[in-house]
Amino acid sequence: MKGPLETAPSRPKEGAATALARLGSSRDLLLNLTLREIRGKYKRTVLGQAWSLLNPIAQMVTYSIVFSLLLRAQPAPGNPSGLDVFALWLSAGLLPWLFFQNVVMSGMGVLVGNSNLIKKVYFPRETLVISNAASWLFTFSIEMTVLTVAVLIFGGSPLLYLPATIFFMIVLAAFGLGVSFVLAVSNVYFRDTQHFIGILMQVWFYATPIVYPISLVAEHHHNLLAIYRLNPLERFTEVFRNTMYDGRWPTLSNTLYLVLVSAAALALGYVVFKRYEGRLAEEL
Amino acid sequence: MGDVAVNIEGVSKRFRLYRERNQSLKAAIMRGRRAAYEEFWALKDVSFEIPQGSTFGIIGENGSGKSTLLNCVAKILRPDKGSVTTHGSIGALLELGSGFHPELSGRENVYLNGSILGMKKAEIARRFDEIVDFSGIEEFIDQPVKNYSSGMYVRLGFSVAINLDPDILLVDEVLAVGDVSFQDKCMEKFADFRRAGKTVVVVSHAMGSLRTLCDDVAWLKHGELVEVGAANDVVDTYVDEAHVERETLTTGGSRWGSGEVRIVGVELLDAEATPTTCVRTGDSVAVRVRYHASERIERPIFGLALENLEGVYVWAHHSRDGGFVPDFIERDGAVELRIPSLMLQPGTFDLLASIVDYTATHTFDFLRHCLRFDVEAGTPRESGGIVALGGTWSAAADAAAELPQPGRIGSRT
Repeated sequence: MKGPLETAPSRPKEGAATALARLGSSRDLLLNLTLREIRGKYKRTVLGQAWSLLNPIAQMVTYSIVFSLLLRAQPAPGNPSGLDVFALWLSAGLLPWLFFQNVVMSGMGVLVGNSNLIKKVYFPRETLVISNAASWLFTFSIEMTVLTVAVLIFGGSPLLYLPATIFFMIVLAAFGLGVSFVLAVSNVYFRDTQHFIGILMQVWFYATPIVYPISLVAEHHHNLLAIYRLNPLERFTEVFRNTMYDGRWPTLSNTLYLVLVSAAALALGYVVFKRYEGRLAEEL
Repeated sequence: MGDVAVNIEGVSKRFRLYRERNQSLKAAIMRGRRAAYEEFWALKDVSFEIPQGSTFGIIGENGSGKSTLLNCVAKILRPDKGSVTTHGSIGALLELGSGFHPELSGRENVYLNGSILGMKKAEIARRFDEIVDFSGIEEFIDQPVKNYSSGMYVRLGFSVAINLDPDILLVDEVLAVGDVSFQDKCMEKFADFRRAGKTVVVVSHAMGSLRTLCDDVAWLKHGELVEVGAANDVVDTYVDEAHVERETLTTGGSRWGSGEVRIVGVELLDAEATPTTCVRTGDSVAVRVRYHASERIERPIFGLALENLEGVYVWAHHSRDGGFVPDFIERDGAVELRIPSLMLQPGTFDLLASIVDYTATHTFDFLRHCLRFDVEAGTPRESGGIVALGGTWSAAADAAAELPQPGRIGSRT
């Protein structure tokens, strides 16, 4: 029997407003934790924050060589921008994917990694997961800025669609956050989660048209296309290519689909997190 | 007054003791559930109130649920039954500096740690100088904390936590933090806290300091509340009972030596020659050392020493200096050191015992912390420190005659 108690937060039923109010009150904590992530990540490295750019650049170069030069992947030129640079086309899809992957993979370990803190201090636990996502959003923003400049140099017009890009960056962050909420707690209960998700992310990467154009799937496996397009990352890849590479507004259906899926993922993730949050200190 | 700072109502806390700590999905699927576990109730239906403005102690044996209860008050653990209601902000000194990031500077960590503990940025900025000043590590504040010594680390953590200025402060174990001068600063800060009408909740084993520090004490035993009330009364009953329960030679001391003869038991005997772990200042006691020699040992020397909880070397005496050197020992036996009057002030002490050869260069057996005992106030009752000297005060009559202008010390009776 449960008493009228629960000073300790057991409130999966709390409204979004309460959740936001709670977050607002720990704004400084969120900010400081995010700064800790950002500053701590590249401390004691010679190149510092530059690493956050070198990593995606290296991947971009590798994939460009493998898929463009060796396998001869030929995405259609940007329409209407007319851009035809594989590296830019690739980056417009790769950067959002890497951001999502980073948020999920490191968000998953964030509770286990901070177990000594969780066991010794009370503070809103969700701030750990959120600040992780926020720190990667910071890196992602730098990457996207660099990409925007690169696209400008090659004659694209990404500035006009910048509001849409920023909007979808936030939507993607919400989606990644929702996923990492669930995975962070499940990793506390089952440490297998991180290994399993590691494999899943690889499969997911190739199930998303990042290194190859979706036209490949559309041509050869037309009947699978509907299922294929359920993948939210497929849609994200498309909208980011729309705004950054093609130079046009994303379609309404994609926008609606992504907003709905991300909102649902975030809400579900938060509820699951809250549901299992109370016993974290003893399970860790 | 009369207001309640913390209200603990029927709190029970259950832990799961996993038989095999195997947090893997495979194991879970194969068994069809997560893992076999046994339930263990660390707290059973504990209820009491902590009045506002009081210093409140929680005492009990190891594993009696003291820390679990404190963690429930701090909201780190959620009770399975019952509720904890707190009125006012809470600061917990459970582990110091636990949120520090080793690569960040002390300054950055003060802000980080402060916000983890619930402070706003502006508040931290306002108290920053005070925090750094209190920690006494101004010159290193811009160094990464990984370069700090463990003492500096803890001091900075403590400074942040205590300068939070919470309404209710939770402290686990009396803070053996830093050097003596830092400890003095801590005690001063506690005193300020109490003067300001804040509530302090302390969990501790050090009965002596609890008695002077606390107004009220709650006594937990095997997760259940035994008694709650005025500090002196509860501590007295607790000490009376605990010394019956405390087993000798279980204090987790370490030993070394070649082992031809081993100490198999060390006992503190009271005047009636019954083993005890709680005595009073001035009591007549004896320490008995029982040994087992696997071979014949020529002219062994028995040694005994005392340390207090802070590790201060208080006293030592060995049998060669005591004029007692047996020609040889064999098999099992025991020796005894009689102390007619135990001149120690109230506190907790650890006994060290050794058996060495006659030249004191070869150690057969050395047992650190083989017996821990408490000294309670007795006669003579003196004001402070580690040892009692049995001094008496009086007017220095003959000295006055030599002074140019002799004063007078009068007595009303």
